[in-house]
Amino acid sequence: MNAPATPLPAAALLLMRRDLRLALRRPGDSLLPLGFFLVITTLFPLALDPDLSQLRDVAPAALWVGALLSSLLALDLLFRDDGQDGALEQLALCGQPFAVLLLAKAAVHWLLTGLPLVCVAPLAAVALGAPYAAMGGILSAVLLGTLALSLIGAVGAGLTLSLRRNGSLLALLILPLAVPVLIFGARATALAIAGEPAAAPLYLLAALAVLAATLAPWALAAAVRIGLE
Amino acid sequence: MAWVWFHKFGSPPHFYRIAGRLTPWLAWPALLLGLAGLYGGLVLAPADYQQGDGFRILYVHVPSAWLSLMVYVVMALSAAVGLIWRMNVAHAVAASCAPIGASFTALALVTGMLWGRPMWGTYWEWDPRLTSELLLLFLYLGYIGLRNSIDEVSRADRASAVLAIVGVVNVPIIHYSVIWWNSLHQAPSVMKFGKPTMPASMLVPLLLMWLAFTLLFGALLLIRARGQVLRRERAAHWIREALA
Amino acid sequence: MSLTNFLHMGGYAPFVWPSYLLSALVIVFNIMAARRSLRLAQQAARRRFDLAADRSAS
Repeated sequence: MNAPATPLPAAALLLMRRDLRLALRRPGDSLLPLGFFLVITTLFPLALDPDLSQLRDVAPAALWVGALLSSLLALDLLFRDDGQDGALEQLALCGQPFAVLLLAKAAVHWLLTGLPLVCVAPLAAVALGAPYAAMGGILSAVLLGTLALSLIGAVGAGLTLSLRRNGSLLALLILPLAVPVLIFGARATALAIAGEPAAAPLYLLAALAVLAATLAPWALAAAVRIGLE
Repeated sequence: MAWVWFHKFGSPPHFYRIAGRLTPWLAWPALLLGLAGLYGGLVLAPADYQQGDGFRILYVHVPSAWLSLMVYVVMALSAAVGLIWRMNVAHAVAASCAPIGASFTALALVTGMLWGRPMWGTYWEWDPRLTSELLLLFLYLGYIGLRNSIDEVSRADRASAVLAIVGVVNVPIIHYSVIWWNSLHQAPSVMKFGKPTMPASMLVPLLLMWLAFTLLFGALLLIRARGQVLRRERAAHWIREALA
Repeated sequence: MSLTNFLHMGGYAPFVWPSYLLSALVIVFNIMAARRSLRLAQQAARRRFDLAADRSAS
């Protein structure tokens, strides 16, 4: 088989620029998960006592449940357009390593849906009673956590690619896989809020993110190929 | 030589026939060992000094929990074999594992709850074992859900194989992260068992039950897998003979 | 050990016996479901391949 005309890094960057440009034409789509996250974190103080000192205890849970659910919502965006108009098939057939291209797509997806969460989460945490000193720890935790969640979620999205809009199945598939991220992320957040060093859970989160980054491309390529048939 | 055997076993007509012949050799010993284990566990074994006769739930809870994990591993391994070597028989085995594994996971959970109620005072505890067992149930249900939602058998096989493999990588991660999480929130009441110092009269029935459940799984697997192999089979020649 | 003592299970009867009963139910259900699954597959295969034989024969 002849080597493709474009070298791999250039091809990946081209794909990423294209995805970004397309997504930025419809900013509402990308902002929806963010809005959802804010709504969820607002619901917690409304459902509980608005006293900040008590909310502080719930803040890790509220942040991470919100992050998890909004990641789930955001997954709809990942393969929707390209899956429908056949661009995804073209990517599979174009001769470049499919796994790398999918990783590039997932990276853009995280930039559009995960990164806003990373920026907003510390503010939401403060609104839930977290001290300003906790922002660094929370930022790191949400950064690593959203990276891992994007990748894990992408695998689920690939597997359910061709199914009729069955969002609940996607949730059922992903949530058990996402639980370790939830556990370590919430723990890191809680430690940061309490002012204690959060290194241990952060390292574990990082390990999860690295593991996801290593395995997800293979799983993604396999899943999407199967889904495209 | 082993490779020849591997490919022979992977051939649907051979598998169908051999599995059919092998099943009674697993089923009847399972029954006998189970009866022996029941007698040993319910009648012969002395009551535990801490938990009294309540500990006897062990004899169904532990083998169920063991099955729930072992079956998942078998499912993931056979799914991987099916995916890599494109063997229908392997996919058939993986598909057969799921309902068996899910039901024993649920059983492990319920017997765990029934054991927990007298020991911890509550039906549910976010104990690491119960919690990771619950997550394992969700993994099974997700696998079954994915299979059911894809109509074409070959695609369902391969998609659920990817899911099973991703899941099996995650099982130890879930297990350890839940243990870690729980150790931070440990409630003062820890269930003690004196496990390493279990006397033979308690241990032997447990081993018998464990063996019985494992053989039972083998028999159930072979029965289901034969049906699954038939569903995937296109060539007619051996089926008419086999089913005549 | 008397039968009453055995059934009483040192007071833990409401937990021990339902556990064993449930286990028996799950096991029996599994056996029945597995055999049914095989039987249905065999019937479907018979229909599929007997029809094919009739079609190729006629």
